[in-house]
Amino acid sequence: MSASTVPADNSFQFSQLWRDARYRSYTIQIIALVVVLSVVMMLISNAVENLEALGKDFNFGFLSEPAGYDIGQMLVEYSAASAHWKAALVGLLNTLLVALLACVSATVLGVFAGILRLSNNWVVSRLMAVYIEGVRNVPLLLQILAWYAVFIHVLPTPKQALKAPVIEGAVYATNRGFYVPGLTLSNGYLFVVGALLASVAGIFVFRKWARKRQEETGQILPLGLISLGLLIVPAALVYFAVGMPIALDYPIAGRFNLQGGLKVGTPLIALWFALSIYSGAFIAEIVRAGIMAISKGQSEAASALGLRPNRTMSLVVLPQALRIIIPPMISNYLNITKNSSLAIAVGYMDLTGTLGGITLNQTGREMECMLLLMATYLVISLSISGVMNAYNESVKLKGR
Amino acid sequence: MKKMILPVALGAAFAAASFSVASAGTLEDVKERGKLRCAVSTGLAGFSYTDENGKWQGFDVDYCRAVAAAVLGDADAVEFSPATGKTRFTMLASGEVDILSRNTTWTFSRDVDLKFTFLGVSYYDGQGFMVKKSLGVNSAKELDGATVCIQTGTTTELNLSDYFTAEGMSYEPLAIETNTEGRQNYLADACDVYTTDASGLAASRATFENAADHIILPEIISKEPLGPLVRHGDDQWADIGRWVLNAMKISEEKGITAANVDDMAANSKDPEVKRLLGVSGEMGASIGLDNDFALQAIKAVGNYGEVFERHLGTETKVNLARGLNASWTEGGLQYAPPFR
Repeated sequence: MSASTVPADNSFQFSQLWRDARYRSYTIQIIALVVVLSVVMMLISNAVENLEALGKDFNFGFLSEPAGYDIGQMLVEYSAASAHWKAALVGLLNTLLVALLACVSATVLGVFAGILRLSNNWVVSRLMAVYIEGVRNVPLLLQILAWYAVFIHVLPTPKQALKAPVIEGAVYATNRGFYVPGLTLSNGYLFVVGALLASVAGIFVFRKWARKRQEETGQILPLGLISLGLLIVPAALVYFAVGMPIALDYPIAGRFNLQGGLKVGTPLIALWFALSIYSGAFIAEIVRAGIMAISKGQSEAASALGLRPNRTMSLVVLPQALRIIIPPMISNYLNITKNSSLAIAVGYMDLTGTLGGITLNQTGREMECMLLLMATYLVISLSISGVMNAYNESVKLKGR
Repeated sequence: MKKMILPVALGAAFAAASFSVASAGTLEDVKERGKLRCAVSTGLAGFSYTDENGKWQGFDVDYCRAVAAAVLGDADAVEFSPATGKTRFTMLASGEVDILSRNTTWTFSRDVDLKFTFLGVSYYDGQGFMVKKSLGVNSAKELDGATVCIQTGTTTELNLSDYFTAEGMSYEPLAIETNTEGRQNYLADACDVYTTDASGLAASRATFENAADHIILPEIISKEPLGPLVRHGDDQWADIGRWVLNAMKISEEKGITAANVDDMAANSKDPEVKRLLGVSGEMGASIGLDNDFALQAIKAVGNYGEVFERHLGTETKVNLARGLNASWTEGGLQYAPPFR
């Protein structure tokens, strides 16, 4: 009987698993699955066994014990008496803060550098090439340390900064951080916030209407100015109507540091700078690739229609380039987030610094802390990637 | 006819083979390897640093040499691994090193939770503060609102938090990874205060260009008994480490030095000296070493006092007085149990 012949009575034979093309792929997949699972099981059981041999149990109870250490820069209320999970939360928010800041500024920087590298001006395009090639090829950790060193050595100490303020009484740049006026909120501030949110919604509606009007009549409104007015005027009216519920808290001289105001620490700034400049160079290359992939006929056609060069870029070339730019951009955002874990080098307390650093050390729970840390980064990365993929889906060329 | 096929019985083939950590005695492992693996600080003047020839030197380093001499008869049979405050416990727990001699404070949780055995106190220390003289601060109680540089992963950050809370003061922590970075931040005025063990402050200050511009404040805010440690569960190895340290202290009490140790072994009438140096009794053999293990150790590095004076004493740049670390016969706390 030939192997390829299906038995007449359609009964299943064991050898078909291997010889019949219909079943063979399943067989191979099941074998692969069993192999992978066995290896994973072996690693886990090995870890469990070794932990037992070391006399260590596996539990997350330590997270509710008091942390006992202080953190320099934090977005939520935290003190040394707070629990370890709170310290981890402070770290997580710090990670998200620097990642968000760096993603935004790296994108802006990258788009500019990418476009300028294609400039017809020889000096500008060469300058951008030097920036991109120089920055892309130096390890990020060194850049973070270099920026930090620049900030702590070049910027004045708090005492000197008081004598040479950026804006007298309000903004100071010191080697420990930048001080700007903070906000003191009192009753009624929610009305102002509400007004601001309503304004933002209003701007969206207005822009939609303006676009429609432009399509119908061809007239272009000064969008930027009107949007700005929409944003500021209602909020300002509400602010005075409710009785000025938001006051400014100015930094003042203290015994050692400046007191009050809002402090943005040098570690955060150095990290943000380094991440933005480093990733900006990668994004610039992605943008350049995206633009160059758009056929020259597109911009020539736009010019023929009478569009000025900046409008050609923003209305014709970039929207098409975006489709090419977005997928590699996702992985750059993921890289920024993951690279932010280098923060510990300059003493910025991110998630790696708190949960994976001090908490791990003080409690000695390496396995638990590391697993939790990896899981958190995984969730952050998958979320970013999910959101960006959805955006990509919405702008990509639809097959019609 | 039906052809025979291979049965797909994979589960059995993958019965999890487990490989576990070396659990044989550490002593056998060390002897077999012919090298002692010892974790020391990444660089702290006086305690552990590399000299101009790239050779490890220092108070903590010499203890490792003494153990190597006692166990292997060769003080240079040591592989030193620099460990940061963060990595040290993992290095020891994972078996990457045999002994940790890195100004480590003996605390309950490290002893019990982290499952280590402390071998004694090699240096009685306490956490202090160093500030620039120009700040005009004379007491730690004046530090309200200051920015403080601390090394992460140490007891210092917990002590610091406790002290400022107890005094009702606030501070801004700047957490740094190594002593070197701490010094850089402090010198660049990124922080007002540098805090660590007082010995570490003295050691750091010794490396500054203008050491006289910095003062160590009088407040000592914690007890920091520093000592070497090993993993739980190998009592023989712990005993060896403990008694090498004790032998160094007893030698100082008895006036045994690196120079006269052979002479003392040959001529001393003191029964304890004879037992210690392996001339009488089988003390060494009972912990799995040669009877002259202490003699080898003292010959290699000298007694406790000699090691102290060579690396930390008033003749060195670190310039630390014996203080609490004098032998009990001199009014200090260094007191070894009797060798009998």
